[in-house]
Amino acid sequence: MSAVTSWLENVTASCSSVFEGLSITFSHFFRKPYTVEYPDRMETRVQDTLPFRYRGMLEVDLEICTGCLACERACPIECIVIDATKDKATGKLMINRFDIDLAKCMYCGLCSEPCPTGSIHHTREFEGSDYSLESMMRRYIKFPVAAYKPKKTGEDDPEIIPVLERGMRFLDEFAQPAAKPASGTKSSPGTKSSPGTTDPGSGTG
Amino acid sequence: MQAFLDTLLGDAAGLERQLGYLAGMVVFGAVVVFGFVLPFAGIVTWAERRIWARIQSRVGPNRVGPFGFLQWLADGVKNILKEDIIPTVADRPLFRFAPYVVMVGFIAAFVCIPFSGDLIIADLNIGILYVTAVTSVVVVGILMAGWSSNNRWSLLGGIRAATQIISYEIPASLAIFPAVLLSGTLSMQGIIGEQGAAPWQWHMFHSPFALLGFGLFFTAALAEGNRTPFDLPEAESELVAGFATEYSGMRSTLFFMAEWGNLYIIGALVTTLYLGGWQVPQFTYNPVLMNLAQVGVFMGKSFACVFFMIWLRATLPRVRVDQLMALCWKYMVPLAMLSVFGTATLMVALPNGSHTLRMATFAVVVGVVIRFAFKVRFHLKRARALDYSSLSTGASQGLSS
Repeated sequence: MSAVTSWLENVTASCSSVFEGLSITFSHFFRKPYTVEYPDRMETRVQDTLPFRYRGMLEVDLEICTGCLACERACPIECIVIDATKDKATGKLMINRFDIDLAKCMYCGLCSEPCPTGSIHHTREFEGSDYSLESMMRRYIKFPVAAYKPKKTGEDDPEIIPVLERGMRFLDEFAQPAAKPASGTKSSPGTKSSPGTTDPGSGTG
Repeated sequence: MQAFLDTLLGDAAGLERQLGYLAGMVVFGAVVVFGFVLPFAGIVTWAERRIWARIQSRVGPNRVGPFGFLQWLADGVKNILKEDIIPTVADRPLFRFAPYVVMVGFIAAFVCIPFSGDLIIADLNIGILYVTAVTSVVVVGILMAGWSSNNRWSLLGGIRAATQIISYEIPASLAIFPAVLLSGTLSMQGIIGEQGAAPWQWHMFHSPFALLGFGLFFTAALAEGNRTPFDLPEAESELVAGFATEYSGMRSTLFFMAEWGNLYIIGALVTTLYLGGWQVPQFTYNPVLMNLAQVGVFMGKSFACVFFMIWLRATLPRVRVDQLMALCWKYMVPLAMLSVFGTATLMVALPNGSHTLRMATFAVVVGVVIRFAFKVRFHLKRARALDYSSLSTGASQGLSS
C-alpha cells in the first residue's frame, strides 16, 4: 500500500513542483532585465559615472608641469620617462620628452601623489585596448616646451587658471584625502590658487 | 488539398487533373520545406535565446536586425562558412550520411502536418501512424552519427538517444490513442474534423482521461525530440555535445536544424491531436480567406506549444538517466494505459459523450490557469531578488541605505 501512496506522492509532487517552477520563470517576463549594454547602449557613459578619484589612464597637463621629475622618481616600474634640460640661452627649464608607457603602467597612483601642481593625474578613461604595444606609449611632447614656473603673486593667466585649479583639486582629493580640511583653501574655486604660496611637498608623505 | 485544388483547376479532366494534383502537392511541399521549415528552425533558435534570456533577466541577442531577429541568418552564414572536418578515424561514409538521415526523418513528417482544411501535402489515412514511424527514423541517424564518430562521448550520446527515443515511443504512442479513439480515424484531417472551434470542443477537454493523455503525449514528445529536461543525448556537462561532438560546420547545423524544427512538429502534433487543429468558426464561404484563417489559428496554437517548450527548457533541470527511465516505465506507461482505457470505458458508457464532464474538465483547466496567474502575481509582488549588499556588515548597510 505504501508503494502506491509513494507513487501517487511522486506524481503530485512532480506536477506541483513543475507548476511552481513555471510560475517563477514566467514572472520574469514582467521584470526588467539586469543587463547593462556596455558600451554603446547606456544612458550615460561609464566614464562619467566614475568617481573623480578613479585611477584611469594617466594624463599630463603640460601647461602646469614644472619638470621636477618627481613622478619619474616615484614610479616603481619606470614607465615614465622625462627629459628636462636647462636652455642656456633663455635660462628656462625645457621639457624635451615626456613619455608614459601605458602598457607598463599598473595604475598605482604613486606618480600623481608627489606632483606639486597636479599636472600628472589619473583620468576616468579606462578603455585602453589597441592593436599594438607601440601605440600604448603616450608621447606628450613633440617640440620642447618650457616648464611651468609658479608665480609668487599667484597665477593670472586665464588659460592656465582652470587647469591649475583642476590639478590642485585632484591633489586635494586624490593624493591626500585625509588632510582635506587643512588644505581646503587650496582648492576652493574662485580664489587664485598658486603652488608657489603653498608647500608642494606637504602632501606627499 | 484535393478540394482546394479542384476549385483552382476548374474543369480540367483526366490526366491533366491528376498532374494538377501532383503539381499542387509538390509545389506546396517545396513551399513548406524551403519557405517554412528551414527558416523556422533558424528563427526558433533566435526566439529561444530571446525568451530564455528574458527568463534569466538578460536581454539576449538584440544587435543583428530589429530585436536581433536576423541573428539566425548570421549564425547560419557562419556555420556554412566553417570548415567541414571529418575525423581520420571516423567511419567516413556513415559519418557523412548520418545528418541526412536525421534531416529526412524530420522533413518527412511535414507530409502529414495539416496547416489548414485544404493545405496538407498528403492526407494519408494512417496519418498519425506515419508521423510516429517517420520521426523514429531520426534515431537511426543519431545512432549512426554516434557510432561513426569513433568517439566515446558521441557513442554514449547516440546510445542514450536510442534508449530514450525508443522507450518514449511507447507512452507517446499510447497517449495518441485517446485522440484516435475519440475520432475513430488515424487521418490527421479526420482527427481535426471531429473537434470543434470552441476550446471545450477540443479532444483535450473530452474527459480527465483525455486531459491526462494530452499531458503525457506532450511530455513524451519532448523526450522523443531530445528536448530539455530530457536532453541527455547532448548533455553538455557530461558528453560535450553528445552524438554531434565530432561534427562541425553545416553537418552539425543539420542536426540542430532537425532538433529545433522538431519543436514545431511536436507543437503541430499536439495541436492536431488535442487542441482542435485549424478549427475556426465558419465565418465566410471564400475558400482562400477560410484557409488563411485556419493557417493562422493552426500556427498560433502550434507556436504557443513551441513557446511552452522553450519556457519549460528554461525552467526545468536535466533529469538523470535512471530518473528518465523510471519516469517512462514506472509512471508514464501506466498513466498512458489509464488514459487509453479510461477514455475507452467512457466512450462505451456514454456513447454520445457527456457535456457536463467536458465543461467540468474545461473549468478545471481554466481554474489551474487562474491559479497560475495568481502565483505569478505573488512572485512578482513578494519574491524579489536578494540584494546581497544589504546582507553584509553593519557599516556597509549604513552606506547602502
